[in-house]
Amino acid sequence: MKPDLTFVEQVSELSHQNVRRCYYCLRCSAGCPAAPFMEYTPAQILRLVQLGQKEVLLHSSAIWLCIGCETCGTRCPNEIHAGAVIDALRQLALAEKVPVGERTVWKLHEAFLDSIRHWGRLHELTMLMQYKLTSRDLFSDLDMGLAMFLRGKIHPLPQRIAGLEQIQRLFAMTGKDVEVE
Amino acid sequence: MSARYAFYPGCTLHSTGVEFGASTELVCQALGLELVEIPDWNCCGASSAHSVDYRLFLALPARNLAQAQAVGLEELAIPCAACFSRLAAADLALREDGAFRAEMEALLGFTYEGRVRPRNLLDIVANDVTAAALRAPVVQPLAGLKVVSYYGCLLIRPPQYTGQWDDPEHPQSMDQVVGLLGAEAVPWSYGIDCCGGSLTLNRSDVVVHLVDKLVRAAHEAGAEALVTACPMCMANVDGRQLYRGGSPWPRPAKPDYEPLPIFYFTELMALAYGLPMQKVLGRHLVDPRPLLGRLGLG
Amino acid sequence: MKRIGIFVCHCGTNIAGAVDVERVVQEIRKFPDVVYAVDYKYMCSDPGQALIRDHIREDRLDAVVVAACSPTMHEATFRRAGEAAGINAYQTEIANIREQSSWVHEKQREAATQKAIETIQTIVAKVRYNQSLTPFYLPLVKRALVLGGGIAGMQTALDVANAGYPVVLVERTDHLGGHMAELSGLYLNFDSAPGLLQRKIDAVMDHPNIQVLTNAAVVDVGGYVGNFIVKVEQQGEEMVSYSFDIGAIVAATGYDLYGKEHLGEYGGGRYPDVIDGLQFEEMLRPDGPTGGKVRRPSDGQVPQEVVWVQCAGSRDPELHMAYCSKVCCMYVAKQSMAYKQHVPGGHATVFYIDIRSQGKGYEEFVQQAMEEHEVLYVRGKVSKVFQENGHLTVWGVDTLAGLPIEVEADLVVLATATVPRHDAWEVGQLLRVSTDEHGFLSEAHPKLRPVESLTAGVFLAGAAQFPKDIPETVAQASGAAAKVLSLFSLRQMVQEPTIAYVDAELCSGCGLCIPACPYDARAMHEWRHIATVNTALCQGCAACATVCPNKACQVRNLTNQQVLSMVEAYL
Repeated sequence: MKPDLTFVEQVSELSHQNVRRCYYCLRCSAGCPAAPFMEYTPAQILRLVQLGQKEVLLHSSAIWLCIGCETCGTRCPNEIHAGAVIDALRQLALAEKVPVGERTVWKLHEAFLDSIRHWGRLHELTMLMQYKLTSRDLFSDLDMGLAMFLRGKIHPLPQRIAGLEQIQRLFAMTGKDVEVE
Repeated sequence: MSARYAFYPGCTLHSTGVEFGASTELVCQALGLELVEIPDWNCCGASSAHSVDYRLFLALPARNLAQAQAVGLEELAIPCAACFSRLAAADLALREDGAFRAEMEALLGFTYEGRVRPRNLLDIVANDVTAAALRAPVVQPLAGLKVVSYYGCLLIRPPQYTGQWDDPEHPQSMDQVVGLLGAEAVPWSYGIDCCGGSLTLNRSDVVVHLVDKLVRAAHEAGAEALVTACPMCMANVDGRQLYRGGSPWPRPAKPDYEPLPIFYFTELMALAYGLPMQKVLGRHLVDPRPLLGRLGLG
Repeated sequence: MKRIGIFVCHCGTNIAGAVDVERVVQEIRKFPDVVYAVDYKYMCSDPGQALIRDHIREDRLDAVVVAACSPTMHEATFRRAGEAAGINAYQTEIANIREQSSWVHEKQREAATQKAIETIQTIVAKVRYNQSLTPFYLPLVKRALVLGGGIAGMQTALDVANAGYPVVLVERTDHLGGHMAELSGLYLNFDSAPGLLQRKIDAVMDHPNIQVLTNAAVVDVGGYVGNFIVKVEQQGEEMVSYSFDIGAIVAATGYDLYGKEHLGEYGGGRYPDVIDGLQFEEMLRPDGPTGGKVRRPSDGQVPQEVVWVQCAGSRDPELHMAYCSKVCCMYVAKQSMAYKQHVPGGHATVFYIDIRSQGKGYEEFVQQAMEEHEVLYVRGKVSKVFQENGHLTVWGVDTLAGLPIEVEADLVVLATATVPRHDAWEVGQLLRVSTDEHGFLSEAHPKLRPVESLTAGVFLAGAAQFPKDIPETVAQASGAAAKVLSLFSLRQMVQEPTIAYVDAELCSGCGLCIPACPYDARAMHEWRHIATVNTALCQGCAACATVCPNKACQVRNLTNQQVLSMVEAYL
């Protein structure tokens, strides 16, 4: 493998993190709650960024498993938020239309953002329906869903905010107004 | 005491976090805290915005700060931990990134004044309200109730967004509030560990793994319940002890521990203040009422 | 008859715990010549010493035996107590019943007590024949000799000369500055090494107290601390011999770099574009072979891809040097940054195992290389360097990603191990200083005496003792100078009198004592056919007394009569 040093520049800029400061103490990997489930833990992800292993990273499942708990950034001695770097990798994966490593994770985010684009606020019911259909995971958690619905925790009707047009302008600003496959 | 706060409820407060919303309302009334809901607020972006776009992650909550400015109050109370984190992040960006500020002002038609301070509700209760004022409305001290304080992630991390209103490694505010209500907050080591967040529907195995760790630790600490300030943590800990994810048929194996109820700290406050909570508590998936009944707390 | 007093110490429970001190006192009172015996909790304490002084006077004692801990602890204390009460210091002896009885026979009270009694009995037998002695005073030559004109030697020379003493500085090559003279910019500020050195060199050359001899070597060292005789030979058009009287010697002979030809897997010595750290430094020097430009030795092109290999021959117990050479992590960071400054579009990669940046500002310096200068640091030891297609292929692994890495380099710089000078052992022999298993000159104690050797009057400074960088070298050099100056601050040197002497009437001049002496303290008299003792070097070990067939040689207060009496008493 021949290291490609331009990728780290790109990712550093996109994530607003100084990836080259990392000295691989591995504290982030040590404290990451999702690490046991990731094929590359946060420090390994940073290392692969440093070595320019773009394809491996964008295709991985690991970058979709970050929960965003901010433990890595809080404890990093060089104040690198690995989670922010991972977010940048997600952005690149989507921009380059790479088949997403954890499809259902992306489908949930997509359904969530669609809900905001349509109503301005989250409407759980329609969001969950879209998620179930697009993720093709129809049966999981039907029991929990029902239990919550019966307790009045899932509203049947959405609320549309008055300033929806502003929301859509914000989406347009980021180029996220176009629906992704 | 009496104080006015601008108020950002967030999307879950009347749906999946309805208990939080109801108890917050009751408790703030009892304490004389007036919550003025900001007009036409939008979703803060939660976990999905930052996952796909850095600017969207900041822009969605920025609009809420613009709306909040219109209210004219300086402190903005936010119950949900994630909403608080996003709004604080947006506020920081508006303050320090001139280019971003200019873009938002142009798109949203406002001028950022930097006078509205995003504050989490627990911060307000623990730090703005005096101990005496917190204790004053107590009619039913929660004697005998042993709980662990579960802070979760975004309340206290990362320090540059939270402003370190409580210690990021060893927060104590919830323990203090719980103590003032007459309950016992037992010490444990998992108070700031993640519940698994938004992976609950698509990678429920991760959430189950993390929730199991938390509840086992709560048991080991000698607690009979957990207390939280975050609707996501509540949903995961309340839901995933009993509903283990995946298809309901065949039934997934039950956990090897006794499920523990989890409360919002505002629910405990409302309970101690003698406010009507039975219906609210009945909405939990792990019913806390048997425990409360055993302790003689109605 | 001598009046001997015995003082038995409890040492708290250190002795009394295993030895029945009361019974010891009872028994020893029965020995002949013992006129007083007592036990006490802590003999070395003020009241304990007062007890000794009081009874010397009251009981008119001639000699004292203190049965207590090892003489290395308190012999001096008790001798002073004795002197204060009016008896000669050498009439006080110690019977060690702590280390040699109580502490080694803790669980055997009966046996320990008996052994204590016997030990005291033996010492009483000795002390019965002790003579009153006075110490020797020896003259001291206050001139220092420094071996090595590098930064260490120059610093020591300046410190001693500035204190007002003459210094002879002997340098093997034709110039001062040592290896530091071969460096370019120094970390942390990239100060010019020649620039900094010139200041020291000028100070040394201009100093009225320093005599600099270049192209010179020390060929013989005789004598002893305060009175060395050093022969130096200087090569000029003709060879000139010098003989100096020297009081103190400082060895500052420096280091060498491990030959890169030993690293076959890296092609050292075979591929012209595989060089070592000093060669890269040379390239950066404006007065160097490339005029200060970074160039490939093979074709003179500007290298676009440079690889540094750290730990090349260090930390390698199996094949090369086991130790860490200490300075490489820092100079590699420096060199890689210097390279990026010279060739901004070039790539620099450093293969390391660990980064040791243990000095003020050092950690931040290395981070600067990684962060600001975009030097790629890869953790993994390079397996091999190949020469192919006009470039060098470097095979390494990134242990963090778990992936093998291949770099096509134009230039490979090996951070080779820092080793002792090839003639370090000879220098050690000359100075009577031992070398360790690697060949570095041995310090007297690794923690507490880092600038002294075990030979009195010979001190160490700089990389001759172990690899170190310039700040540490300068510190150590000043430390060695301080030792020299504390020696020179004495008016005279004091020597213990309990050393060997020769009875001229009995000596037959057989010369057996001379090779027996481990301290080179014995010689034949120049014209009388008898043996002599160098009172400054003799340590009183009695090896000579043991071999003397005529009993002409004895050690004061450890005469044959005394030794035999002790043996008889014990049996």
